[in-house]
Amino acid sequence: MTETNDARSQLPLGLARRGYSGVIHHLSPADAGSALSPSELESRLIELGFVEGARVEVLHEGIVGRDPIAVRVENVTIAVRRREAMAIIVA
Amino acid sequence: MEAPLLHLALVGTPNSGKTSLFNALTGSRQKVANYPGVTVERKEGSFVTPLGRQVSVVDLPGTYSLRGRSPDEEITRDFVLGRAAGEAKPDLVLCVADSTNLRLTIRLLLELKNTGRPLMLVLNMFDIATRRGVTVDVAGLSEALGVPVVTSIAVRKGGTADLLRRTDEIAAQAPAPLAPNVWEPLTVAQLRATQREADRIITSTVSLPARPDSWTSRIDAVVLHPVAGIAILAAILFVMFQAVFAWAQPLMELLSSGFDGLGRLVHDLLPAGLLQSFLENGVISGVGSVVVFLPQIIIIFLFILLLEDFGYMARAAFMMDRIMGGAGLHGRAFIPLLSSFACAIPGIMSTRVIDNRRDRLTTILIAPLMTCSARIPVYTLIISAFIPDQQVWSLVNLRGLVMFGLYAAGITSALAVSFLIKFFMWRDYAPAPFMLELPDYKMPRVRSIAIGIYTRARMFLQRAGTTIFAMMVLIWFLASFPAAPAGAEGPAINYSLAAMIGKALEPILAPLGFNWQIAVALIPGMAAREVAVAALGTVYAIEGGKEAAEQIGQVLATKWSLATALSLLAWYIFAPQCASTLAVIRRETGSTGWMAITFAYMLALAYAASWATYTVAIAFGAG
Repeated sequence: MTETNDARSQLPLGLARRGYSGVIHHLSPADAGSALSPSELESRLIELGFVEGARVEVLHEGIVGRDPIAVRVENVTIAVRRREAMAIIVA
Repeated sequence: MEAPLLHLALVGTPNSGKTSLFNALTGSRQKVANYPGVTVERKEGSFVTPLGRQVSVVDLPGTYSLRGRSPDEEITRDFVLGRAAGEAKPDLVLCVADSTNLRLTIRLLLELKNTGRPLMLVLNMFDIATRRGVTVDVAGLSEALGVPVVTSIAVRKGGTADLLRRTDEIAAQAPAPLAPNVWEPLTVAQLRATQREADRIITSTVSLPARPDSWTSRIDAVVLHPVAGIAILAAILFVMFQAVFAWAQPLMELLSSGFDGLGRLVHDLLPAGLLQSFLENGVISGVGSVVVFLPQIIIIFLFILLLEDFGYMARAAFMMDRIMGGAGLHGRAFIPLLSSFACAIPGIMSTRVIDNRRDRLTTILIAPLMTCSARIPVYTLIISAFIPDQQVWSLVNLRGLVMFGLYAAGITSALAVSFLIKFFMWRDYAPAPFMLELPDYKMPRVRSIAIGIYTRARMFLQRAGTTIFAMMVLIWFLASFPAAPAGAEGPAINYSLAAMIGKALEPILAPLGFNWQIAVALIPGMAAREVAVAALGTVYAIEGGKEAAEQIGQVLATKWSLATALSLLAWYIFAPQCASTLAVIRRETGSTGWMAITFAYMLALAYAASWATYTVAIAFGAG
């Protein structure tokens, strides 16, 4: 399938590279493989502003393994590890 | 009739400017203590409103929600709900928001409304928001939220006038019937709905600029750059340690000559005898030799507070997360560990920002390996006495370089110990997530830095005036009694209790190159590391007369070999020489076992490192 302008494919934010910008489609905490339970991870992500419809942009990447990432969520910048960012599905 | 005391509580997300508002309201009228049973810092202050009402205000730990994931957040929740033991229910909860960043605070405020406590939203840093093009319909926001809203500029004089006026108005009103407390922990669905509601309210009442803060973007482009970022971090740490050495010197010399003058005055005024010896050698030269390090402690805290207020600390944690992760540490451990450079006690206490217990324990266990400021007096003394004051490559001071090496040794061993803990104890364990807000950069404010330094300097001087003073008196007593028998050969101290203890320990410490005077100094050094310097001063001053106390370093240079000096430096990198740190570890971990483990492993490392250093130095002919 090819990607078109009006229907971008979904991807976990944990795989996004620096410069990526998009909108949160949904949260999928069970797939992240985080040390936290899915509901705890989801709560924490929401408390930091990661909710459906929020605009996100990957501003910076860490030095080792491009991890963690600094993500602009609306008008806040949040540092998060890629492992946890796998729970954030963006489009 | 006098109006009753009004109780305010400040609640807000981390980085909301809560603490600068607290400083603006209360100035230096602050009391820092602990909540009973837990080691969460309780900051209370007081002020008087324009209408003369007495107000007490508590700065609660920052939180994103009332779920209470950590001891800090539980305090905030219980305090607001009026469940905290021995605390008055707040008459008014001030929910403090960074005006440039309202999303998360408005969601918190909506959750706070469920508690039924009277609320007011404070739009702090309103000047910065205005400058960035954020416009807020304050009346509309107040109506949509159903709570009073005021704007504030905590860092400007008069910037809290609106807040004070509204507080007076609310206090003057007949107390409205309190809404019932219907708060219960939010489910994920409720949390999401609350954030949506908050976003809806913000869309209708706040207009935000399209672009993020351009200064923050520009600084981050450099500071978080993979190469430049690490170089900057290393440079900051290096400048910090050079500054501790170079900038503090003139002030330290001033203090030192002040205490010398005082000592001479006492010497001249009092007749020779026990009282003269006690005041001159025990009190003045003992306490003086510790107080002299105040400038260095102030400089360390100046750097830490500046970096914290500027917003750099979170960036450092971001860069260090994976590097620290390799050693089994959480990125958030960076701040507690950096604070441990000033003192392991606040460092260990600040590990509460790490919510996973195992990550926190690892950080606590290695925090005392960070070179705390109490080691500086010992390092300085020995380095000045044994390391020549010369430039290396005409750039770097050799003494500064040795100091840097000692810090580096502490950091390296801390990482190694952490790695071993992870490898042997918690092999099957996945690291807790690192999630941290990177706040916009802010120009640090002189006033809040000054208050921070003042609080810490006062703590240090109190310690010098109490614990250290008591230890100095004890040392002087041990070194002076019993007096030498009439007609005895050699210095009087050779017949004292101190010499007996020191000589008893000497065989154990001899393989490290320590003589009995060092053994004597190490005992009171358990109370606080820096006491060892004063103790050495006292031991040698009493042995060699007043001339010796003025030049402890020069005396040491003639009494010790280079190998002994290097061995003592190595000892001090590792030795668990601080009873208060051990006490805090016991309190924070809730277990004597962890305290014992810390003590044992550090003592073992210290002995091994000193032995190795001494042996190698002797082999190179430094004996």
